[in-house]
Amino acid sequence: MKGVQFRNHRVMGDIISLASRYRDEGADELVFYDITASPHGRTVDRSWVNKVAGVLDIPFCVAGGIRSLADAETILNLGADKISINTPALERPGLIEELAKRFGAQCVVIGIDSSSENGNYTVYQNTGDPERSRSSQRTTLEWINEVQLRGAGEIVLNCMNQDGVKNGYDVEQLSKAREICGVPLIASGGAGTMAHFKEVFTTSNVDGALAATVFHSAQIKIPDLKTYLIKANIAIRPPEIKD
Amino acid sequence: MSSCPVIIATGGANLASLIFALKRLGNEPVVSEDPKVIKMASHIILPGVGAARDAMSRLKATNLTSLIPNLKQPVLGICLGLQLLYSGSEEDNATCLNIIPGYASRFPKKTGLPVPQMGWNSLTNVKRTPLMNGVRDGDYAYFIHSYALPINEHTYVTANYGESFSAVVQYNNFYATQFHPERSSSVGSLILSNFLNI
Repeated sequence: MKGVQFRNHRVMGDIISLASRYRDEGADELVFYDITASPHGRTVDRSWVNKVAGVLDIPFCVAGGIRSLADAETILNLGADKISINTPALERPGLIEELAKRFGAQCVVIGIDSSSENGNYTVYQNTGDPERSRSSQRTTLEWINEVQLRGAGEIVLNCMNQDGVKNGYDVEQLSKAREICGVPLIASGGAGTMAHFKEVFTTSNVDGALAATVFHSAQIKIPDLKTYLIKANIAIRPPEIKD
Repeated sequence: MSSCPVIIATGGANLASLIFALKRLGNEPVVSEDPKVIKMASHIILPGVGAARDAMSRLKATNLTSLIPNLKQPVLGICLGLQLLYSGSEEDNATCLNIIPGYASRFPKKTGLPVPQMGWNSLTNVKRTPLMNGVRDGDYAYFIHSYALPINEHTYVTANYGESFSAVVQYNNFYATQFHPERSSSVGSLILSNFLNI
């Protein structure tokens, strides 16, 4: 299990207490969507990354607003283990190579928002802003190939049709992605029940499954989910037993 | 009682998480590439992210390639830092510190597994060493790497990713983990604490 996505605006204290809570519950990784990052390029305060790094003893990734080597360097120096790039990679694919060369492929995650239309998968960009969200005119499978050639170390495939509807991950699309994805592939979008996690691991052979709402709402508790997945013979770090 | 660990600046490595992990254990680590500072340290950590050749160039430039093999204090290599202790790496045919004989090789494509290995994996065949006090077979640790050391006589813990490789090695006062203890939750914290108590 990959972890938890923070999309809603929260004050700092909340971020730290949530990060600590998920750490203690046994999340394997946390992904922070930095909604304070302006899409219009103004300088933002990233000091929260350093505070989060101080309390976490598991890997964490920061997504949102990373448009340059300098942005990435700031975030990595503050203690993030990985950076996730989405729209800026579509606008300037060479950024992926630059980041991989400078910081190593292991910390370069490419986020892909993919929409399924009549059996075709298309990459969307600017999805953080409903008014600007639009098709990038790229097909998802071609883009998955390209980002790997350019040096992506991990791909998070967010299946937009499933996102927020809790009907399960898009295992058909994820299985197709898995066939051509030689780097770690993380499923995103659609988790509603514990069975959905089991399904995506067993059917699509993904390396991780990302979810947000079901964890934030405590509808699914991470230790319960891990126990359930271990019983289903999925290799996963067991929940910690606190003495 | 706290120690005075020094982290060797190998360049390219993200040290913030390691520094935080040591601080949580009550230490104030120093990051340095100054031979004088390193010689005075109680414990020395050789981290590393990135390419073996780049890290070795940096160590050469600061005259540390001759110093490190002669250190008598406990030294802990992490990730690439483990590979640097060996003779060399298949990665760009890099020559490493040659403290322990052996070569790092890339995970073979035939296993069909994603490379890099990037995620949690379980530790197996845990042998007795002060570094692993309290760590059990089946405990999980966090790995990020494309190259690994085959099992050799200095292997104290193994892990399997399509094939078995060295997850922890020890040779005299040199200890090393292929995984990142600073990102391996309470197991990792225990290992760092064990190291500082050696």
